[in-house]
Amino acid sequence: MTPTQRDIDLEMAAHRAAYERGRASGGPAVDHPPRDYPPYRSSALRHPTRPLVAVAGDPEAVELHGPVFGHTDVSPLDADLTGQHGGEPQGARITVTGRLLDRAGRPVAGQLVEIWQANAAGRYAHRLDRHPAPLDPHFTGAGRALTGPDGSYHFTTVQPGAYPWRNHDNAWRPAHIHFSVFGTAFTQRLVTQMYFPGDPLLAHDPVLRSVVDDDARRRLVATYDHALSRPEWSLGYRWDIVLDGPRATWAEEGR
Amino acid sequence: MTGGSAALPPTPSQTIGPFFGHALPFAGGGDLAPAAHPGAVTVHGRVHDGAGAPVPDAIVELWQNGPEGRPPRAPGSLARRDGDLAQEFTGFGRVATDAEGRWSARTLRPGARAGRAPQVSVCVFARGLLHHLFTRLYFPDDPAALAADPLLASLDPARRATLVATAEPLGPAPRYRFDIHLQGEKETVFLDFRDFRDFRDFR
Repeated sequence: MTPTQRDIDLEMAAHRAAYERGRASGGPAVDHPPRDYPPYRSSALRHPTRPLVAVAGDPEAVELHGPVFGHTDVSPLDADLTGQHGGEPQGARITVTGRLLDRAGRPVAGQLVEIWQANAAGRYAHRLDRHPAPLDPHFTGAGRALTGPDGSYHFTTVQPGAYPWRNHDNAWRPAHIHFSVFGTAFTQRLVTQMYFPGDPLLAHDPVLRSVVDDDARRRLVATYDHALSRPEWSLGYRWDIVLDGPRATWAEEGR
Repeated sequence: MTGGSAALPPTPSQTIGPFFGHALPFAGGGDLAPAAHPGAVTVHGRVHDGAGAPVPDAIVELWQNGPEGRPPRAPGSLARRDGDLAQEFTGFGRVATDAEGRWSARTLRPGARAGRAPQVSVCVFARGLLHHLFTRLYFPDDPAALAADPLLASLDPARRATLVATAEPLGPAPRYRFDIHLQGEKETVFLDFRDFRDFRDFR
């Protein structure tokens, strides 16, 4: 009754094949996951079934701007998830760095990046996470930063663990870090997840594989960058984020 | 959708998942306006799934014009100094739904430019929702403005009604109810901005 991993793998392969057939016959590339993706069972009752209404001609000005953040919204300590509780957390220390860009490749400066993740054992510091893996008194797993003038962000944290979930029998989420980012326009809002290269669970995860385009899915996987690793301290990963959606141009025109 | 000749492909969306509660909600996230503000109004509602069940693991973000009708430019959108009437209005709020799918925020009525009805831009995230959804909460007080609003005018009456909050004449301060239905007969109108490009003329 409960689907097995193999059942889910077959469903995911069928969705990917249908997409590839569409591409071969001239269909458009699709960057974002469909909101209706049956292998991810929780999407069944939580996606709209009517088409979205296009605001093509005339968005509100407020939609083309976004909330403004500043130094009162973050402290430098917020970007080091290993330094928030007076002791070193368990696990392998990593740094994650990258740039926040718009689709024209321009840096998105001064915007808020928030991350959250499980600890090294695969447990969230969240009251509803009942996975019987240890909590870590030295790790909450939540961080914030503002992007620099070049759009860059930097976090120090620990490598999160994989963890089980109940989508299907013996379902495991690959290790990931959740990201929430703002652009200069509210329409550029993005919440997503960053994955780690070489994780064998990437092939079996219906959340990641809801992104049916192979190239788009690869963009959710960080790159291990040895130049970012620090001797006897931390392993370095790089992950750039490109925001979708329109934005206003008047801010850069001096208004 | 690509917008320019050298367009970079975007980073795909992923679900917010169930375990954002220790990270995204912030103190006073629903208090866009202090309680003592004479113009404060409450907006609230429930998030429902396609079976009509409450969605207890959703985040509702609000972003709106100030009362004078322009997007706020004051920095510090996560900072709240409750009771400080001099604090600048940042126009941003974020609330998680409770176990019964309810959310609530206190704000100021947004201003609107001529020909538009006052509205709050709403972004919904949830476990099970792979890509956030945008909608608009319109205030019901000015029927002429609602009738003239181009988005509302383009919708049939039943669909249009999903975007207009209901005034609740209870208590001393105005309250407006705005339920969000992710799916089903009462499904909320959700918006797509991605076909829009190069918007430069709204000054």
